[in-house]
Amino acid sequence: MSMAQQAEPAVGGSPAAGPKQTDGRTARRPPALRVLARPEVGVFLGAVAVLVFFLITAPPVRDGSSMANILYQSSTIGIMALPVALLMIGGEFDLSSGVAVISSALTASMLSYQLTVNVWTGVIVALIASLAIGAFNGWMVVKTGLPSFLVTLGTFLILQGTNLAVTKLVTGNVATDDISDMDGFDQARKIFASSFDVGGVQVKITVIWWLVFAALATWVLLRTKYGNWVFAVGGNKDSARAVGVPVRFTKITLFMLVGFGAWFVGMHNLFSFNTVQSGEGVGQELIYIAAAVIGGCLLTGGYGSAIGPVFGAFMFGMVQQGIVYAGWNPDWFKAFLGVMLLGAVLINLWVQRTATRR
Amino acid sequence: MDRSSRPRSRRLAPFVAVAAAAALTLAGCSSGSGGKKAEEEAANPAAGKAGTPRMTVALVTHQAPGDTFWDTVRKGAEAAAAKDNIKLIYSADPNAGNQANYVQNAIDQKVDGIAVTLAKPDAMKGAIAKAEQAGIPVVGLNSGLSDWKKLGLLEFFGQDESVAGEAFGNKLNTTGAKKIVCVIQEQGNVGLTQRCDGVKKTFKGTTETLYVNGTDMPSVKSTITAKLKQDDSVDTVVTLGAPFALTAVQSVGDAGSKAKVATFDLNKELVKAVQKGTIEFAVDQQPYLQGYLAVDSLWLYKNNGNYSGGGEQAVLTGPAFVDKSNVDKVAGFAAKGTR
Repeated sequence: MSMAQQAEPAVGGSPAAGPKQTDGRTARRPPALRVLARPEVGVFLGAVAVLVFFLITAPPVRDGSSMANILYQSSTIGIMALPVALLMIGGEFDLSSGVAVISSALTASMLSYQLTVNVWTGVIVALIASLAIGAFNGWMVVKTGLPSFLVTLGTFLILQGTNLAVTKLVTGNVATDDISDMDGFDQARKIFASSFDVGGVQVKITVIWWLVFAALATWVLLRTKYGNWVFAVGGNKDSARAVGVPVRFTKITLFMLVGFGAWFVGMHNLFSFNTVQSGEGVGQELIYIAAAVIGGCLLTGGYGSAIGPVFGAFMFGMVQQGIVYAGWNPDWFKAFLGVMLLGAVLINLWVQRTATRR
Repeated sequence: MDRSSRPRSRRLAPFVAVAAAAALTLAGCSSGSGGKKAEEEAANPAAGKAGTPRMTVALVTHQAPGDTFWDTVRKGAEAAAAKDNIKLIYSADPNAGNQANYVQNAIDQKVDGIAVTLAKPDAMKGAIAKAEQAGIPVVGLNSGLSDWKKLGLLEFFGQDESVAGEAFGNKLNTTGAKKIVCVIQEQGNVGLTQRCDGVKKTFKGTTETLYVNGTDMPSVKSTITAKLKQDDSVDTVVTLGAPFALTAVQSVGDAGSKAKVATFDLNKELVKAVQKGTIEFAVDQQPYLQGYLAVDSLWLYKNNGNYSGGGEQAVLTGPAFVDKSNVDKVAGFAAKGTR
């Protein structure tokens, strides 16, 4: 286990030095710098910068309900960015995560509608299907040793095609039927897609789930054995295995976590829009990955946090909505988005370099 | 070593539990309302069947995967094919180069006729010329109203996007709208941009454009909400596709705005929304008719040498407006997914 311990989030970048060993190389670094070296600090500063920027340039952002809207947008990205980040820390990718969201929503919707059963049946079957897709991805990766990029690129294409073909086959259309008048719908909507009142502002429930999941993920990552395993398999798979970390189990469950996230966001889509378009979701996987990377997770694995992607997703949502709130020329929208994101990543990088330099 | 084997057995337990729970729910809980049971028997309108010899027609469009609009075009084409004893080969790709390859593919298969959309006419030029050399009649549908004659197509069925936009703008003038937002779900799409430009041309108030990410519905919802918050003088949201109109209705509610929603294109949920009055009106270019007429015209040409539009004029399938006054007539057909 000592290997796994070392691969834990590199708090100081140096092994904890005793008070006697102060020969300069192992000296404790100033507390400010140690805080700055946390993976989520760069993105936190970036997010604050973007927030302040839009608070100044876009007056509507100062309104509470605008903030609720920005948080809503961030939460639908953020809920998926969390498992994607954990998977990335564990050293793997999932390119199928965007369409997997739609697969899950389609499964629940079509099953409930076609069999005319309570929508909860569809919801549970969709959960099983999503976990199975995740397990398949994970199993393929650990069994074959192929890069997860290739394996999940395969599932991405398979799901994209299956979403369309099966929907067309079952419903005769390319979108599912409206299930909003079926039993259990209102109940499910309360859980996945309702809003509640906070001081006169309508806040979407996905924001709460997002924060709950983030807290859970942080606890698992920093306080449990499983969290250590995640860092270990992402840092160095072979040494992790050598010290007894169940590498296969860890990787497969990480992929299944992504499946769980896809299910949750899929259910949100279904219960807030009543129907699902089978061609949606393509391209979302890159946004999730971007949120995780902006959030300080390394593409190579072994390093990152669960809080970072929360700010990463917030930054994405803030920029995306902020441009509209600011009323800028929409033709430039994508370019603005790109420049802001690149800027954010640079701040992130600069903070980390400054903090870890000695 | 036994540490890694222990979780394996424990790992199975939750699956068994979930599977068992699912089986129980499936058996026990059926929905008392809605669902397939409530759906009417759906069937395409079936006409008689022609006794002419079997022929093959290729329909090649620029459909993006999973688009409800194109699904309706295809249904129209299939209905005509079934009636005319035609074997229909459908292929589609939003990338113009790939679409041209599909036309080439149809030529190689020696089909009896090709129906093609001209979203990017220049890219299709070469493939269409080859089809003509091979003696295969080619008709156009949907997009390419200004180019079909130049490319030597026999006839054309569709709606000019600009004309539809202009009609839309005129209709908005009668509703008393002052400031509208035109929501484009795919930045850089020529047809969608033409629609918004057409609206802008005839609409007397102010028109603003808003781009949304069409593949991510929650994002569409919050972006429209943001726009309505940013500018509370907006009194009408114009969307360019039925699913986006339904989402815009939610955005209007979220933003606490009083804006109305009007849209291009129909689907069955949208028809219900027009009936309920949550959506003001929709402009319909009758995609079913486009698919149907394109295929049927090739049959007529082969068997009787007819030209729709006399080979001079395009046959316009839109714009037809659907609002509260005529929605009930359309509703039954929309429920079947053919309007």
